[in-house]
Parts: sequence; C-alpha cells; structure tokens
Amino acid sequence: MHDMSAHAAQHGAPTSFIRKHIFSLDHKVIGKQYYALALVAVIVGMVLSWLMRLHLGFANFAIPGLHLLSKNGAPGDIMTPEYYLQLMTMHGTIMVFFVLTTAPFAAFGNFFLPIQTGAEDMPFPHFNMMSFWVTFTGFIILMASFFVSDGPTLGGWTQYAPLSAVGAVAGPGQGTGVVLWAFSIAFFCVGQLFGSLNFITTTLDMRCKGMSLMRLPLSAWAWFITSIMGLTAFAVLMPAAILLILDHVAGTSFFVASNLVINDSLLPHSGGSTLLWQHLFWFFGHPEVYIAIIPGMGIVSHILITNMRRPMLSHRVLIYSMGALAVLSYMVYGHHMFVSGMNPISSLAFSFPTLIITIPSTIIVLIWLGSLYGSKLRINTASLFALGFVSMFISGGVSGFFLAQPSIDIMLHATYFVVGHFHLVMAVAAIFGIFGGTYFWFPKMTGRMMNESLGKLHFWLTFVGTYCIFMPFHYLGIAGNVRRYQAFVDDYLIPLIPVHKFITVAALATGAAQLIFIYNLIHSRFKGAPAPDNPWQGTSLEWSTATPPPHNNFGDKMPVVYHDPYQYSVEGASSDFIMQTSSESVHSADEEK
Amino acid sequence: MATVVHEPPKMDVDRLPGQGPGNGGWRNLGPASGDLRKVKNSSPPPASTGIWVGLASITMTFAAFTSALVVRQGGARDWQHMTLPPILYFNTLVIIASSFTLEISRRRVAAFMGGLQERVENPLRWLYITLALGLLFVAGQIFAWRELVSQGLRFATNISYSFFYLLTIAHALHVSGGLGGLIRVIAKFNKRVLKRSTLDATSRYWHFMGVLWVYLLVLLWMKL
Repeated sequence: MHDMSAHAAQHGAPTSFIRKHIFSLDHKVIGKQYYALALVAVIVGMVLSWLMRLHLGFANFAIPGLHLLSKNGAPGDIMTPEYYLQLMTMHGTIMVFFVLTTAPFAAFGNFFLPIQTGAEDMPFPHFNMMSFWVTFTGFIILMASFFVSDGPTLGGWTQYAPLSAVGAVAGPGQGTGVVLWAFSIAFFCVGQLFGSLNFITTTLDMRCKGMSLMRLPLSAWAWFITSIMGLTAFAVLMPAAILLILDHVAGTSFFVASNLVINDSLLPHSGGSTLLWQHLFWFFGHPEVYIAIIPGMGIVSHILITNMRRPMLSHRVLIYSMGALAVLSYMVYGHHMFVSGMNPISSLAFSFPTLIITIPSTIIVLIWLGSLYGSKLRINTASLFALGFVSMFISGGVSGFFLAQPSIDIMLHATYFVVGHFHLVMAVAAIFGIFGGTYFWFPKMTGRMMNESLGKLHFWLTFVGTYCIFMPFHYLGIAGNVRRYQAFVDDYLIPLIPVHKFITVAALATGAAQLIFIYNLIHSRFKGAPAPDNPWQGTSLEWSTATPPPHNNFGDKMPVVYHDPYQYSVEGASSDFIMQTSSESVHSADEEK
Repeated sequence: MATVVHEPPKMDVDRLPGQGPGNGGWRNLGPASGDLRKVKNSSPPPASTGIWVGLASITMTFAAFTSALVVRQGGARDWQHMTLPPILYFNTLVIIASSFTLEISRRRVAAFMGGLQERVENPLRWLYITLALGLLFVAGQIFAWRELVSQGLRFATNISYSFFYLLTIAHALHVSGGLGGLIRVIAKFNKRVLKRSTLDATSRYWHFMGVLWVYLLVLLWMKL
C-alpha cells in the first residue's frame, strides 16, 4: 500500500535535441561536452602561449591584429609588459583548470567511469549536468575578463595577495579582472564538487555484479582517487576565492596588511595576512597537480596493459601508490612557500614529505618500466602517447628531486627551471595522457576509428617538439633566468636570448603540429572507418558493449563480471584475452586473490 | 603465485536494466578469486553514500574558513572582540528542536511506509513543524544581522565582524538548501513517491546543519 521503494532514479532516453545534446543527463554526452570545452580551452591557452613566446623570443615583435584583442594592452600590435603578464595569467589559469583538470578527469571520467564499473549512469544525473554547465559558466566568466576595460588579471595563476586583493591600484586587471577570475574559479570549484560527488558514489555504489573494487580497471581507480582529492581540494579553494572576492567588493581585510602603500596611495585595509592566501591556495594547489596527473597515470596504465597484452607487475601496488600520492599531496604544499620567510623547521617539515612523495612516484614508474621490459608492445598512436607520458613524467620528475630541497630551491625558485619542471611533469605529461586516451577511446566514443598514420606523425612531432621547448628551460633556470620577466635586458640575460628564440620557434612548430590532431579528430568523426565494438582486443567493460554505447550503456542485459580487469595471455584460455564479462573457466596465475 | 582454478560463480544473471544500481557491494574489497559467495548482494542506495560525500565537502569548506579565522586572528593587532547578538542562543534552541521534530517525523514516515500507520496527517504534521522551525531559524539569523547593522556594525567594520557575517551567512545558505530538501521530501511524500533513502539523506543533512551551527556558535563565542 505504501510502497515507496529505494530504487535508484532512472531516466529514459531523451528525444528532443536540447535534452539530448545540450542539457543532457547522460554521462556520455556530459563527458563529450567536457571534452569539447577542454578542446576550446586548450586552443585558447596555446594561442596565448604563442603570443607570449613571440614577445619573449623577438622583443617588440608586432603581432598583426593583436590590438584588436586589446587596444591598451597592445598599442601598435606590440605587447605592453602588463599585457604580457595578463596573457601569462590567463594561459596558466585556462590550462590548469579548464584543460588539465577538465579533460583527463571530467571528460574521460564522465564517459568511461560508469561504463567501466558496469553502471547505467551516474547516480545523480542532474548534479552531473549542473557540474558541466557550472564549469562552462566559469569558463565564460574567465573569458569575459578579456573584454573588460583594463583586461584580465596579471597576477599569475596563483594570484598572490596582497596585490591580488587591493583592486585596480595594483595595475591593469587587478580590479574587475581579479574579481572575474575569482568568480570563475569559485564556479569551477562548485562544478568539480558536483562531479566528484558523482564519481565517488558511482565507484562505491553503482558497480555491477561481480565488480569488486580490485576488479576495477586502473583508469577507474585513478578517477576514483582523483575525485576524492577533488572533493577536499576544491572545497578549500572555493572559500579562498570567496574571501578574495570579499576583499574586493566588501572592503574586508582578509589578505591585505595594514599601512600598505601601493602606487603612492595608502590603502584603507588593516591587519590582513598575505600568507593566509598562500596557505589556502597551495593547500588546494599542490593536490591540484596530482588531480591533473593521476587520471593520466590511470589512462596510460590502461592503454599500456592493453597493448602489452599482459597486466602490470602489480595491480594492487600501482593502486596503493596512486593512493599514497593522493594522501601525501596534502602534506607537501608548503614546498611552494620555501622562500616566503617560513621557519627553517617548517621548511624541513615540508621538504621531508616532498622527498617521500618521490617514492610512490618512483614505484609507479618502475612498475611501468618493469612491465614494459620484455613485452611485445603493440605500437599504435595510443601506446606511443602512453610511452611519451612515461618519458615526460620521468624527465620532469627528476628535476623535482632538486626542487624538493630548500637549499637548492632558494636558488632555483621562480626561475625557468621551475617552469620546465612543472610543464614536463604535470602539464605536457597530462596532455600526452589526454592524447593517448583520445586515440584509444575515440572509437568507443564516436563509433569511428582515427587515422593511425596521421596519429603517429602527430605523436613524433609533438614528442620531439615538447622536448625542444621544455628541456632548454632547465638550462635557462640554472643560468639564473627569472620567470615572468617580459624582456631580457640585463647583461647576464642577453646571452640567453638565442635560447629563447629557439624555444619560440619550437613552440610555434609544435603548436602547428596540433593542427594535424584537430584535422584527424574532425575528419575521423565524420569520415573515419567504422569502429568495431572492441578494436584493441581489450578486456574491460567498455569493450563488451556496443560502439558507441547505447543510452543505458549495456542495452537490455546488464553485465556480470567474473574476472580481474586485465586477463591477457592467459594459459589455456581460448584466446589471448578474457573479457571481464566472460564466464570462461581459466587457469590463471595472474588473477588477484 | 599459485594457480587458481576459477569456476563461473552462480549468480542471477538476468538482472534487467532499470532495476536500480548494481550490487558490487561497496564494502566488498575482494574476493576476486572467482568465489563470489562472500559478495554482499546489494549496495546501499547512492543517496546514503552521496550525502556523506557531500557533508565531507561542506566540512572541508568550513574547516578552511576556520583555519582562515585562526590564522587571521593570530597575526592581527586590529582584532576587535564582539558580543554575539543574544538571539543566536534562541536560534540554537530552535535548530536543535528542529532536529528532534525531524527525527520524530522520519520515524513516523517509516512507520507509514511500512504500513504500520495508516493516517497520513501524522508524519506530515511533524515535517511541517520541522520546516517551520527551519524557517524560524533563518528568520532569527536575519534578525541578528539586522540588529548588528542597525548598530552600525557591518561586514567591513572589523575583521571579527567580517568573519561573523561570513560564517553565519554561509551556514544560513546551507540551511536554506536543507529547507529546499525538506520541501522536496514533503512534496514527494504527498505524491507517495518518496524514497526512504531521500528521507534519510535529507535528515542526515539537516542534523549536520544543527551540529555545524553548534560548532560555529562555540567557535564564534570563543574567538570573536
């Protein structure tokens, strides 16, 4: 009589265009929307980096049409020093938030996490839809700052107080630009909190029969761990953004100290703590680095295993190491503040976990290398990008050992050495993960194959190009080249200008190589060869459903899982791989206990 | 590693789409040996897990505000101590009372859903009382802000007032979300489509708002 049963809400397949493609509740559509957002954002971010590199490599270079973007920022098409910093800030913010977080975590995670866990959808589809649209609104707000009178903020993606909190007196973009920046970030945080809520609950509660946690593929584990980090990190950045907004619009003094004189005017604020912003920001900021990279680790492991035709040396140790990275990432954030005047004992306290965090990172790398050793890796674009990820992660990671030590960091801090380090280990590595994931999963997402020859050409140009860009940064840093300078006029910097010219040419060429990818993406979407259900002979659940997957992911029969995710080359089996859904009895030495 | 022979587990493989979440069983960390007899046959409804995840995120947000308060107060010479508006203590009683009334209504709804109780007015009455107490709490908070403003004590008067307004407004916004949840529960109950998990999740959220308020009151009382 009063049956109000506890079944999860189900939503039927939408019929109208708006519900199907725009305000969709389907996690697959939302995943694609996130991917499209990241694609637009990465193009904007890359063009900004070209503009900056042209200005750095060739001083007072007139970039045709730049005055159309900003009359004050580029009179006569030549960038002003302030406008250089504004573009740099926007490059960093767009890339970290709307590309490196959005693509590997929100885009691929949304599309594949429910499928890999055997769920019909995320448990809270309305929150999921809001997650995308709130994030999208954040992006629009950030873009809007290009078009306000004095342009976007110039404070860097870290927005250090007090200059970020005092308003227009601190320079162009430090008024409205910062407020728009902070609103954008607050919106982004809300969007990612909604997303994390769905990711965690999907992993815990929506798994199909037989799918124990240890049977989840490594990519699903990576998204799960990242979502837990996102839940805690973005929940701290959002209050920080609110406090920053209040310092601007409500006249409060959270971050602005007393008696501060900027540009000859005494500010009315009192008693604020400039370091408070750094603590709040980096408590988010360092985990954010891992939020960007851990999904890539999972995606790359997933791709490598499928192409090696054998599992990693240890499924569990890899998962535990990613978990250890997540936990330790909250304990190391102070290493960004070594030169903030912090007590030497505090430096030591942050240096120690920073060195410790290299242990799980090294374990993960050794598992990859040890598993690759002696394997007959299938060479395709996806596996090449996965190898590229490993290469970038190692190259960028090695310089982390130097920066982890306060005594060396004091010399290298705020130089191009740091810029080279984080671009390789976090930015480019994550981008390689995104490329790998795209070439690997594109057939499942669209029903068509990408062009392999163009893909391999894209890989080699990008791989060589990124090393040409970012390895010289380390040299520049050791030579004392400070980052964020818009021109090199000091005696010790002038001899380094040829290196900057080389980097600029490499950046333009590598950027141009991305046109191959965009052409491949668009052409294959409409004209690519039809994709079979399981083009790479994979074992996990995404390969056991139709291509592209139906609205409820698995059609009229929900999957049941019998095996670990990576049963390849199993002795006595009927083929060299056993799908997770196969009920075949096998003799296996690899299956986890 | 020893060789293991896997027999296909005996399971009901005919589960159809639309029957709710899968039953991997989230407390099930193993056994991946193919022996699925130990696997729990059901997962909790996502709302029961989801609400804890959401509360964890709210906890982190208020933890960040708290640490900001502690750090900001630690280095400040400009800190003015403030006297909390007395109505806050009345509001505290109201929100605690609302938790009790919600718990009564939750049990009555459960009894009604289980068919043990036939009269629909009974659980509804307590849900409405809870809603009214929630609205009274928010109205009381607004009264407190107006009282301070009428004395010329505004957001930017001093950093202690900034934190007072910030924390109480952030909490009141979260409480308003809870009121929306209560209205949703009442609407669903009236249509007889209320799920047990929705009611439980809403009441957990509401109780958490009460606990959070008591924490904030103690924090504000000690620090401001």
